[in-house]
Amino acid sequence: MDLYAENILDHYRHPREQGKLLRPSVRHREENVSCGDELTLDLKISQGKIIRLAWHGKGCAISQAAMSMLSEELPGLSLQKAKSLKPDVMFDLLKVPIGPRRLKCALLALHALTNAIRKYKGQAAQSWAVTIDAH
Amino acid sequence: MALDLAAIRAQFPILRKTIGGRPLIYLDNAATTQKPLRVLERLERFYREQNANINRSMHALAEEATLSYEEARNRVARFIGASHSHEVIFTRNTTESINMVARSWGTTLKRGDSIVLSMMEHHSNIVPWLQLKESHGISLRWVPVNREGTMDMDELKGVLSSGRVKLVSVTGLSNVLGCLTPLQEIARMAHRSGARLLVDGAQLVAHERVNVQNPDIDFLAFSGHKLYGPSGVGVLYAKETLLERMPPFLGGGDMIQTVTTEKFTCADLPRKFEAGTPATADAVGLGEAIAWLEDTGAEAAHEHTRSLVRYAHKQLRSREGITILGPKNPKKRVCCVSFTVEGVHPHDLTDVLGQEGICLRAGHHCTQPLHKALDLTASTRLSVGVYNTKEEIDVCMAAMERAIHLLKK
Repeated sequence: MDLYAENILDHYRHPREQGKLLRPSVRHREENVSCGDELTLDLKISQGKIIRLAWHGKGCAISQAAMSMLSEELPGLSLQKAKSLKPDVMFDLLKVPIGPRRLKCALLALHALTNAIRKYKGQAAQSWAVTIDAH
Repeated sequence: MALDLAAIRAQFPILRKTIGGRPLIYLDNAATTQKPLRVLERLERFYREQNANINRSMHALAEEATLSYEEARNRVARFIGASHSHEVIFTRNTTESINMVARSWGTTLKRGDSIVLSMMEHHSNIVPWLQLKESHGISLRWVPVNREGTMDMDELKGVLSSGRVKLVSVTGLSNVLGCLTPLQEIARMAHRSGARLLVDGAQLVAHERVNVQNPDIDFLAFSGHKLYGPSGVGVLYAKETLLERMPPFLGGGDMIQTVTTEKFTCADLPRKFEAGTPATADAVGLGEAIAWLEDTGAEAAHEHTRSLVRYAHKQLRSREGITILGPKNPKKRVCCVSFTVEGVHPHDLTDVLGQEGICLRAGHHCTQPLHKALDLTASTRLSVGVYNTKEEIDVCMAAMERAIHLLKK
């Protein structure tokens, strides 16, 4: 059960920061069409920092747990730092080796965060190829 | 003729593989099948003893290679009941076969002509027609299927009555719902309205005896690798009269008679549709796979896989929180059973099972329109082959219970 280590199952069963913000600075939805994982991320941004967030979604344990884990790292993070987060951060959080088959599941949260910030800044969304390639 | 399963399994070396210390339990046969020693040995023997380029060369080795290749074609023709072996075209796979029909026969259609598809088609029997719609303005009409996979025949009748339908293109056996389509009736209805019938036989040919004369099939497409044969080879069967009127698909060597700087003339059938050096060894391997299946007892093999998948269906049905897709009645089930588990994502389930050596498949199985119509994004699929056993299904079910317990929210 390597891929389903305690920490992943814990975050999957008890996801942190789940919900919706009443007045988010930005709301962004990201989907993995091939398998149906989806995440909607609400960010409250003030003075260049993420001060609050909430998210909801559905999908496989890896994708949802990853978002839950990432959400614990975000409050107080500057947009600059948040935007420069690399896939390695996700692998470190998940603490299990991620093969090519589950790569998109593991990185959906990061992809959603990256594109939420880009949306906030009025920029076009980044493609999956770029998100994955950064690793 | 009852099957000697132990003897059959002994012919598949891959079944002795272990994953994580556990024996491989391969239940993803709708995706691809494993190969018996006889096929592996034939492939090797071709390369060891008979390898040469077919047709052109004037030497004895080329003659041997050509004979082997043509023998494979004859075997395929007999297997599906074709009137002439030149009605069997070797392609790369089902997808290429269907693309060939769309890009060749399809270009003889006029703007406004229609093609009818069912809502449970595989992408390979959807996308080529969407492409033809874009390039030639043909229209697509969709026949709904209910949750059991039963096609709405009234809808089909209505669509056909327009008189503009030129082709009904449907699967013979759904790779998700595990149900057979009523090909006899569909063939009758199509032909009465002046339409041709294409059957996507990718799953069908491995699970039922197919005779292209009955029902009267105009085009049949299937893959070698789903029929215990090598990957890299597929078949397009089409009636002689159709093939003769169709423009060639790929252009190049072998499919020509003459070539000048101005123009070319086509070769006779079947060469007209086999440009370039074919996957010769793979075609020979497919011929061997068919011979193997017939020698093993095709009807007995089909009976076995049918009873296995029905057993799997009943096992799944008895468990709470599991929703089976397709026919509710196990007697109507062939080839595969797809299902969803409440609170558990198919990827997680198949990942956990995979770690124990049990191979199932998760996703939309190349049927996004069907999954959307069923209001799903993904499902888990278990599909059987001739070498699977009841014990394997039991081990799979026990492992699934543990996996669900682990993963359930």
